[in-house]
Amino acid sequence: MVTMMMASITLDGDTDPVVLRVTGRLLTVALGAVERAMPSVPSGTKTLKIDLSDVEAMDTGGAWLLADLGRKLEAEGCTVEITGATETQQALLKTVTDAIPDEELVEAPARGLIPFLDRFGRRTVGTGEDIVSLLGFFGLILVRLVGVLVRPWRLRAAALFTHMEETGLKAVPIVVLMGFMIGVVLAFQGAAQLSQFGAEVYVVDLIAYSVLRELGILLTAIIVAGRSGSAFTASVGSMKLQQEIDAMETLGLDPIEVLVVPRVLALLIMLPVLGFIANIAGLVGGALMSWMDLGVSPGLFVARLYEDIDGWQVGIGMIKAPFFALVIGTIALWQAMQVEGSSVSVGQRTTASVVQSISIVIALDAVFSIFFSIMDL
Amino acid sequence: MDGAAVPLGDTAPDTTREVVIRVRDLVNQFGKQVVHDHLDLDVYRGEVLGIVGGSGTGKSVLLRTIVGLNRPKEGSIEVLGVDVLNGPEAERLQVERRWGVAFQDGALFSSLTVLQNVMAPMREHLKLPRAMMKALAEVKIGLAGLPPNAADKYPSELSGGMRKRAALARALALDPEILFLDEPTAGLDPIGAAAYDELIRGLQRALGLTVFMVTHDLDSLYAICDRIAVLAEKRVLVTGPIEDMTSVDHPWVKEYFTGPRARAAQAKKKS
Repeated sequence: MVTMMMASITLDGDTDPVVLRVTGRLLTVALGAVERAMPSVPSGTKTLKIDLSDVEAMDTGGAWLLADLGRKLEAEGCTVEITGATETQQALLKTVTDAIPDEELVEAPARGLIPFLDRFGRRTVGTGEDIVSLLGFFGLILVRLVGVLVRPWRLRAAALFTHMEETGLKAVPIVVLMGFMIGVVLAFQGAAQLSQFGAEVYVVDLIAYSVLRELGILLTAIIVAGRSGSAFTASVGSMKLQQEIDAMETLGLDPIEVLVVPRVLALLIMLPVLGFIANIAGLVGGALMSWMDLGVSPGLFVARLYEDIDGWQVGIGMIKAPFFALVIGTIALWQAMQVEGSSVSVGQRTTASVVQSISIVIALDAVFSIFFSIMDL
Repeated sequence: MDGAAVPLGDTAPDTTREVVIRVRDLVNQFGKQVVHDHLDLDVYRGEVLGIVGGSGTGKSVLLRTIVGLNRPKEGSIEVLGVDVLNGPEAERLQVERRWGVAFQDGALFSSLTVLQNVMAPMREHLKLPRAMMKALAEVKIGLAGLPPNAADKYPSELSGGMRKRAALARALALDPEILFLDEPTAGLDPIGAAAYDELIRGLQRALGLTVFMVTHDLDSLYAICDRIAVLAEKRVLVTGPIEDMTSVDHPWVKEYFTGPRARAAQAKKKS
């Protein structure tokens, strides 16, 4: 149990030299109160005696208090003498005195316009360097992908299938749910608007165009970026941290070929598949809602689909999938390769990976939309 | 067994010295694998006790069990007179503030600087002004033999040896009476390891610490351990000063303390 009996420090100023008498237990627990209650040594004191003969216990905190006091007084030209200390107390005082750093640490970060500009400049340059590095990494992945296509026996088939299962098969339920819900929402919203004009039957076109051309594949890409992109960054980033990637290189294994190519290839294969599944689920959800809400029978829904939608509409959606896959894979694995230092870095890089790949996927989707509209597709 | 041999088993408790850690009938079992089978151990105040044993004999498990990170199947553990397994919660919390643990790889909080790491237990347990806490933390960092500029660094910016010292500084944060060290010199170069041994010895003397040290380092055993406890056959096979170890009649102990590395360490100590 910690005894709460606090040490008391009294100053005997009448004698020469001045005596500072410490009694009781001088422990860290009560150090704040002891310091507040400590009498101040009159300035101009030439010699101070610190009498420790009544000290019952002293720990490093207590020793620090005395050593710090002594240090400050000695800086003012006062001689400090310690009396009545036991051998252990002397050793403790000496050890603690030696451990006090000579200068106070300056913690405050620099403020003001110049440091701000300095940081701004550094970040700008850093971002530029990151973009160059990312593009270089993208090129490296493309080269290795082509290399694997030319020499298929170099492909790590087991890893590829594992990642296809992880990123593809296991994502099917969430993608189906998401697609179905999007179809339902579109039908619901479309019905409310179109019924004002008595044009309910056009809900089929609304759903088909938006799901097939845009939403199915875009939302699938966003889900995959959040689900698999983050997993890639976290797992490969941890490998980087554990020096597994260094170990591979010393063993003559190419980390790009072993770690990156199977993952990117798995995304390239599975994202179109998932997008297609999302499209179907979206149409099913839309058809179901149209039937229940607008009385558009499934037969009529399918007939309208055949009439108005050609295969090219599906193609325009699907053509984007491999691009999205490359974006997600490249960013996730590039971020993983940037991990360094501690596990905090893995978390930061994983967040950055998801945010960046989702933003770039959406930006890329906008570019595709503009391109297709200019081309009148 | 010849006549001069030290008897196996924990030697008869020395009743003249204060026991700070008392382990009795400890049984640790993971699945079907029994690690400790009715293990007894006493640690006396102010000593440096080295725990040795082959890989998988449960040295680290013993340390983890004493500090409460692993719940044993049976047995009792008393630290500073408090039953740490079944005693009242408040008493156990009190006792936890009176020991410090330095883990093998430091186990520093990676998102905090060294100074913040050392201040973390102080903020939790002490009501002191911030400036004083900072000054005290700087002293602990100095005590652990780190240069003042290390205080502002993050653990990932430190070398392995410096991380171990930072972990020691954090373990000393609350002025513990007992210091637990898990493989303190593993992964250090011989010069760094010797310096660390010296540091522990110096701190132990100046602060009056009791040190419980799991180690493989024969040099450390010769240089700083007052007593050695050998774990083998699921219990403490023998305890005693290192000089006694060479006469223990047990194949593992014999090989450990009379092998070429042991002889080299002994020669180094004598010179």
